[in-house]
Formats: sequence, structure tokens, C-alpha cells
Amino acid sequence: MTERFEPRIVGFLCKWCAYTGADLAGTSRMKYPPNINPIRVNCSGRVDPTLVLKAFASGADGVLIAGCHPGDCHYTNGNMKTIKRFKLLQHLLDEFGIEKERVRLEWVSASEGERYASVVRSMTEEIRNLGPLNWKRNMEVIA
Amino acid sequence: MTKPKIAFNWASSCGGCEIAILELGTKLVELKDKIDIVFWPAAMDFKYSDLEAMPDKNIDVTFFNGAIQNSENEHMAQLLRAKSKILVAFGACAYMGGIPALANTKSKQQIFNSSYKETPTTDNPQGIVPQSKFQTPEGELTIPELYNTVKTLGQVVDVDYSVPGCPPVGPQVEKVVGTFLSGELPPKGAVLGASDKSLCHECKLEKTDRKVAKLVRTYETIPDPKKCLLEQGIVCMGPATRGGCGAICMDANNPCKGCYGPLPNVVDQGAKMLSALASILDADDEETIQKLADGVVDPIGTFYRYGLAKSLLRRTKQ
Amino acid sequence: MTEKIGVYVCHCGTNIGRTVDCKSVAEYARGLPNVVVARDYQYTCSDPGQEMIKNDIRELGLTRVVVASCSPLMHEPTFRRTVASAGLNPFLFQMANIREQCSWITEDRGLGTERAKEIVAGAVTRVNFNEPLEVKKVPVNPDVLIVGGGITGIESALQIADSGKKVWLVEKEPSIGGFMSRFDKTFPTLDCAACILTPKMVSVGQHQNIELLTYSDVIGFEGYVGNFTAKIRRRARYVDEEKCTGCGQCEQKCPLSVPSEFECGLGKRKAIYRPFPQAVPGTPVIDKEHCLYFTKGVCKVCQKFCPRGAIDFEQKEKIMEIPVGTAIIATGFDVFDAERVKEYGYGRLPNVITSLEFERLTHASGPTAGKILLKNGKQPESIAIIHCVGSRDVNYNEYCSRVCCMYSLKTAHLVHEKTEGKVYEFYIDMRAFGKGYEEFYKRLLEEDVTFIRGRVAEVTDVAQNPSEKGKLIVVAEDTLLGIVRRIPVDLVILSVGLQPRKDAVDVAHIFSISRSKDGFFLEKHPKLAPVSTAADGIFIAGSCQGPKDIPDSVAQGGAAAANVLSLIDRKEVELEPTIAIIDENACSGCKICPELCPYHAISFDEGKSIAVLTAALCKGCGVCVAACPSGAIEQQNFTNRQLLAEVEAVSS
Repeated sequence: MTERFEPRIVGFLCKWCAYTGADLAGTSRMKYPPNINPIRVNCSGRVDPTLVLKAFASGADGVLIAGCHPGDCHYTNGNMKTIKRFKLLQHLLDEFGIEKERVRLEWVSASEGERYASVVRSMTEEIRNLGPLNWKRNMEVIA
Repeated sequence: MTKPKIAFNWASSCGGCEIAILELGTKLVELKDKIDIVFWPAAMDFKYSDLEAMPDKNIDVTFFNGAIQNSENEHMAQLLRAKSKILVAFGACAYMGGIPALANTKSKQQIFNSSYKETPTTDNPQGIVPQSKFQTPEGELTIPELYNTVKTLGQVVDVDYSVPGCPPVGPQVEKVVGTFLSGELPPKGAVLGASDKSLCHECKLEKTDRKVAKLVRTYETIPDPKKCLLEQGIVCMGPATRGGCGAICMDANNPCKGCYGPLPNVVDQGAKMLSALASILDADDEETIQKLADGVVDPIGTFYRYGLAKSLLRRTKQ
Repeated sequence: MTEKIGVYVCHCGTNIGRTVDCKSVAEYARGLPNVVVARDYQYTCSDPGQEMIKNDIRELGLTRVVVASCSPLMHEPTFRRTVASAGLNPFLFQMANIREQCSWITEDRGLGTERAKEIVAGAVTRVNFNEPLEVKKVPVNPDVLIVGGGITGIESALQIADSGKKVWLVEKEPSIGGFMSRFDKTFPTLDCAACILTPKMVSVGQHQNIELLTYSDVIGFEGYVGNFTAKIRRRARYVDEEKCTGCGQCEQKCPLSVPSEFECGLGKRKAIYRPFPQAVPGTPVIDKEHCLYFTKGVCKVCQKFCPRGAIDFEQKEKIMEIPVGTAIIATGFDVFDAERVKEYGYGRLPNVITSLEFERLTHASGPTAGKILLKNGKQPESIAIIHCVGSRDVNYNEYCSRVCCMYSLKTAHLVHEKTEGKVYEFYIDMRAFGKGYEEFYKRLLEEDVTFIRGRVAEVTDVAQNPSEKGKLIVVAEDTLLGIVRRIPVDLVILSVGLQPRKDAVDVAHIFSISRSKDGFFLEKHPKLAPVSTAADGIFIAGSCQGPKDIPDSVAQGGAAAANVLSLIDRKEVELEPTIAIIDENACSGCKICPELCPYHAISFDEGKSIAVLTAALCKGCGVCVAACPSGAIEQQNFTNRQLLAEVEAVSS
């Protein structure tokens, strides 16, 4: 019997808002699918699109970037740079054939544990339906 | 003293890199006394059998241009690797895939369909496409197999040095040849003849307000020839591309297209350019940002025009 | 050199151990490249747990340590100290969060264990690329900048100055005092605002440790904690502060009267004026826009009559640069513009006034000498007070302005005191949360105020029957009675809410602090750090942080002062080393990064054609690192190599 596909999602969470919010979800014992591997950064503005591409190229099925709500960025406006990069990145990934649902930018404040949980829940299910991305296999030469 | 043995080969290429050698001009004539060319399909009448007959490591330096797009390309790459002490990926195609690597946005099936069946000027009512094997009464004929995914030279064999450029410019070729003749070689893996800084460092256009308020395609505008093209809304890959070419495209009012490849500390040239460009978009609300982003009509063609095979994702989803 | 990594997987009792098989995670870690020891342990943060790590470092010569346990926000500092005490640089340590974001969010032990393994693999791979880093210590300049001379700023200034430190108090108005100087009585004690405020104002004006810079703005603020430089613009008063004795002759003699801002336009002032009699400093200011000399080149009567020759029409504005170590922002609030709520008729219907205008009417030294009068000079016989104007409203400000219920009760009381009028209060909820507030409410309930629970829909002058003629009719649903009522009154007082000042955006930008969704300045933590900001060394206090009453403003002013004094007493502060570094040789001079830095930490050296980072200004957001197309900028402890390694490990 085939095992159920468990999506592997890489999360880039900013230390001040999203990571703290994600911690809060855990502290409050909220349950959500444990399909996300969180990587802490100081600001979502640190997320170089290279890292997102690396995640997909290395085998991730989805990438979540989570930062502070616009206006609340700990570093004033790092998240504005993130939006700009994200829009252009989405456009690029679309041309590469990577479905829109696989990469998400969400704003999660330090007190929004439930929101984080619900984002991960919905993203996991969406990607489960899309199936594995398996980009490594996609890159192999098929003569 | 024996003259160093040099070889040139072209794989999936346009021939421009061969012409780049000719850029040496009269120096080529001087060179003929200093080097011994043992293999050069584009210019001289050597056969594959001549190459196969050589002992391993017979050739001192092979300059290999062109991407690896079919089985013959790969075979020659393997062969020349065995026969050469030093293998140099010469030109953007060998180094990063170049223009041929844009085939990675399609599948082999799609390429065959469009080339042999769908284009308006093709007359192929039976829909015949090339086969790599064909049985004739006289025996089996074979032609090289087209690969689904174009690769760089470095992705099929171990490469010692790379010379970027489409093609590498004259002064750069001179510099590279000089380096090899001097015998003082940089550490293995080095990129030769190009600057370690981006084009912005040598570009003479005036940089003022580093903000991009609109994005236009080159045909949609007549740029101010003295000002930075990026600031005028034309996507110029200059910030993310190695310099050393003399910024000649700018002299013709053209933006850099990225043919010299990424800077030394950069893993993916296209991603870095995307990040830099996005960071300076002059917009504060999502709607305007979206509109600006959509203004880059062909992101792969813009950010990975020469480097798709070397990029992190390498090809589109099949 | 290959690293020697020690991995410690914590059970944290059953917190992790219940849904993650820690033994199997440790075994998995043992198999990862460069891992020389991997242990699982019940409570790694305990003393014996920490000793275990220290022993391994010493005996096995570990060069890197990974602890897989709770969130780094919890115990990263703890384990960094552990590692440092065993002689290993604290930044050669990496934490893997397998609790808050792994064991606690799932009931599935299989999946939880799988995820924990991946998270550990990520940390182990990343830690190979961690570099030793040093925290930098910087001295703290004991001088303090306080922006805003309202009650909050005054409180902070006095506390700090009394401790012997020097305070620069900058106020944009000609006098300190803020909104409190315009109030008549204050709830719930009905203290006269001026009586309790003015002694403090005088103390500030006379304090040897306070440099009072009024009629001034902060136009620049650069630097980092302990070492800031404030750029202050001292606008020209055209009166020499040193010479002026505050005799007031100039004001008396000035022939030109204009509407007074202090009086909300209800009264007048002269072109040379002090905003109110008890102004500190007592030096007047010439209003350039109206003064006959500046506009028409005539008059100069004030100069003629000034016994000290203090009038100086040639005075220029001055820019000062002041080094300080810390700053407290106490810039206060603005009142909501009642004209936005068209249905209440403010600005259109006479006798619809705001609560602030009411304060001026009832004030003894106000435009009506303390009498409550309608526009026609008569006393009102019926008065409506409308709560929540501009507050708790999706169309304007969604938040509650906190003070309006209480000041509305006070208003009702003052109206009773001064008129025979009948008072109707239209409220939604009655918020009387503070000390003595509920008691005050009860007192008003007994004072024969009619409280109507309902949001006022409209204030109109269109009469529907003879009894409404010539009146203002307040239309509201009385939700407790369940009917719509029309109450004709003579005077409508709108209890306007508090909102961030118009220039709050600019102030936030100058100080590099953030604002909350509602526009007030953002505190570091709403419960545990209400007066700190994300910017070390910069504090906020009073209603610029959020609407609040005078007791809370004073409390926050004191809290900010305490924070500042604590920093100053420490003498040195540590700077977080996760800052950016620009490789001079790799920088191509594309000039993309300088604009991106919110702290102006990157400048451009035209000579060398490279970007230059001032490390002390960098706060480590990493935006420039991600943007740099040459890959010339790295972020310490979050280098591209570290992050790429972590990404690759968790993705495969």
C-alpha cells in the first residue's frame, strides 16, 4: 500500500514576528501538520530568492516565507522588499512550471499563533493535492 | 622545446566563439610559431579518429565551446577530457549553457514538433521527425541523440577553467591565451579573463536615483544614452553580471544581457538579479508592485538568457 | 579542517519526548557527517545537562555544538553561555527547535520524529559554516534627548535630571505643557490641570540639568545605542531668550490679533505672543505669517516698547547637533478631526463643538472666561455629549481612545457646575477602568445626567415639530429602551477620540521606530516592554504609544526614565553581532544597497567606487545581503553558506 504523500515545506520565518508567532502556536498546543521545516532569519527581507530556488532544487515541495505585517516590520520596511521580490519570484516560478500554491508569502505577527497554524494547514493540504514536486528528477536528462 | 598542443572543439554552438579566436587578429599569426594546434573541427581538417588515436593527456589545453545538447556533444566532451591535461569551458554556452540552454524551457518532444511539424514554412505532411537510429539495407545508420535537457560542460565532465562571454571579447581572449602561454596558471576552477566585479564597475553610464519606476522592453523606448539603463526601466543584467567585457553593449545603447555569467560569490545569477531589481522597484502598494512585476514579460529569458543550464532549477517542469 | 560536532537531543520531560522519539533522533544525528557525539537527555538546560555539554567540549575537543530542544527564543542565550564557559566561541553553537515548532504541534509520533530528524540535520549542516564572532561593547553617553514637552516628557525630564544626568528637552510649540495645559479640570479628582502642571513646568524651566529647546524640532537622528547624534532645528522666535524677562509689554502693544491655536480658534492672540500666561519659557514668539513687519514691512511696535531690546527681527533659525546616548519620544497625540463625521454637523452647525473646545470654554482663562456660552452668547439649557466620535469605528479609528468616557463624565459634571442645563450623555459602553474611575461614574449617575446607551446617528437642525425648532436634534437609538429617540438640545459636545499625530510617520522615520497598525508608535512588547522600542536606546512614552490618561502617561514617563537611567548606569552596552559585512574586493559599486538600508548604515565611497558599511549602525536585517547582485555582502551568523546548507539539508 502506498504511503500518503507528506509534503516537505521549507519555511523562512522572521525572528521578530513570524517565528515568535509560530512558537506561540506551539506553546498554545495548537495542532497543525508537522510538514514544515522552519528556518529562522532576522527579517523576511533576508530571504534571497536564491534560497527559495535552492529549496525547490534540493527537493522541497513548497516554500513559505512569513514576516511581519506591512508597517510593523521590526526593521522598518524589510517586508516591503520581501513583497517586491516575492511578486517577481512568483512570476519566474510560474514560467518554470512551479505551481503558485507551492510558494507563499504570509504575514504573521508575534501574537498570531492560530493564523500560523492555519496557514501551514492549508498550505500542506494544497500541496498534498498537487503531489510531490520532485525537482531533482525533473532536472535529469531524459533522452 | 616542444610547442604546447592546443585543441578547439565546438559542441552546441553558433560558431561565434571560433570567430572570437580570430579576434586575435595578427597575433594569431605570431601564435602559430608558439603553439601546435592538434584539433580544430571549425578551421582545420582533423578527424575524430585522429583524436581517438592520441594518447591520454596528449593535449595541453583544449578550448571547448558550445553546450552539451546531444550525445555527440557529450561524447566529445568525455573524449577531450581524457585526451587533455587542461579542459577549458570557453564561452557562455560551455560555461553556463548559453542560448542553446533556453531549450530547457521546452521538452524534446515540443522542440521536434515545432521544428519539424508546426512552423508555417515547414512542409512535412507525414510528420516525420529525426530518429537516432535508422535501419537501411546496408546497415544501421545513427545520428546523435538530442537530449531533453541541455547541460553545461562542467555538468558532464570535470572542467579546469572557464572563460565566460558570448563570445568572449577580443582583449579577453588575448589575456587568456597569454595566461596559458606564461605557464602561471591560477588555481583550478578559476574564471579567466573576466573581472571579479560586476559590469556596473566599468559601465560609464551615470547612476543617479537607484529606483525603478517602470519596466519597459527595449523596443518600447529610446533611452537617454548617458544614463543608467536600469533606472530608465530597461532591465539590464549589468549589476549581476561579471564585467571585463568593456561594457560594449552600453556603447550601442543596449542593456547587458548577462552573457558573462554570475559573480564569484553568487550561486544563481538570475535569482540575484531578480532580487536586486525587485528591491529597487519604486512602489509601495501590492497592486503597483504586481503590475511592475508583470512588466517583466519573460522572466526566464530575461534573468537566465545565457545561464539557464547553470541555474539552480536548470529547466522548466516537464 | 573537519569540524567535530556534538549533538544533544533534549526530551524536555514529556514535552518533546512524548511525540518525538529522542533516542532515535540522537542515533540519526550520530550518522550525520562530522558528528562525533550525539546524546539524548531529559533536561538539557539543567545544570547537569549543561555540565555534560561542557565536558564533551573539553574532552572530545568539540568545535561545534547543536542542541535540539526548545525554541532559540527561549534558551539560545543559555546554551551560548554554556558553550562559552567551556572555552568555545558562543556563535559556534546552533539550536534546533524541536519543541515549539515540532513536538508540540503534532500528536503523530512518527511524523514528529521524522520532522525532528530533518530539523536536526538542518542545524548540523548549518553549524559547519558558523564562524566565531565577538559581541562588541560600546560606551553609553549619559546625556538624554527627550522629544515632547507634555506631561509625559516633563515627567521623564525631571526624573532623569534629578538623578544628575543632562537632559535636552525639545518641544515644537513655543511652550511646554502639551495638551494638559489646555485642560480645565482632570478626572477623576477634578484637579485643576494648570495647578498640578505649572509647578512641574517651572521646575523644568529652572532645572540646571535640563536644556529646554522650545519652538524646535528634531530633524535628524543618527547613530546607535549609547552614541546618537540628534540634529535639532531651533526655529527663529525673533525674540532673544537671554534678554527677554517675560514682562509681556510687546504682547500688550501689538496691534494685530489673530485666532489663537491654543484656544482652538475660539479666542485670539497677538502676532507676538505666548500661547498661555504660564508658558515656559515665558519668552514670546513672533508669528511670521501674520506679523505686520514680516508681511508688510511696517509696525515694529513691539521692538519700540521692549524695555530690554530683546526683539530681533534678524534672528535666524539655528541647527544644532547634539550627542546623546538615549532618547525618549513623548510626542503625544492629535485629536480626531470631528469634521470627518459629516452626520454630526461639526463645522457646519454652530454649537456643535468638540470636547477640546469645551475645555477652553470652561477654562477660567479661556475665551469666555470660563462661562459655557453658545455662539449667540447665551447659556445652553440642554447639552448633549456624544461618546466615541471617531473611535471604535471601522470608518475612522477602530480602537477605543480610552479616555473619552471619563472625560465625558467630567464634561457633564462641569456643565452641571456652570449651567443649569440638562445633560444627556450618549454612550456605547462606559469605560471606567482606573483608580477612582468607577466611583466617579457613580457620582455622575447620581448627578442627574441622563445616560442614553446608543450610537448617535445624526445631529440635525431640521425640526420635525415645534419643540425642535431652533435646536440641535440628536438622533440615536436608545438600545436599552429599544426605540429611536430625538433629543433637542442647545449645545452638542463631541467626545473626539485620540489619534497619532499627523507627523508621527516622520518622527518614526527619523528615529527608525515602527508604528502599530493604528499608527501609534510600536512598543517592543505590549506587556513586558511597553516603553521600549525595537531600536535599542530609543524609548516611547505617553499617548504617542497609544491613547492614555494622565496617570498612565506619567507612569510611562517614569518607566522610560528608569529604562534610560538603567542603560546609562550600565556604562556599556553589547551590540548584536549579526550585522552585515561588505567585501571591498567583491563590491562592484552598483549603488543598489545604500538606498535599501532603513538605518542609513551604508554609504558610498565615490573615490573607491564601493559601498561602505558603518557597522555600528547596522541592525542586521539582511535586506542588503539578499539584494546585493555581486554577493559582496554577507550577514554574520546568517551567511549565504550557512543558509544554503540549512536549506539543502531540510529539503532533501
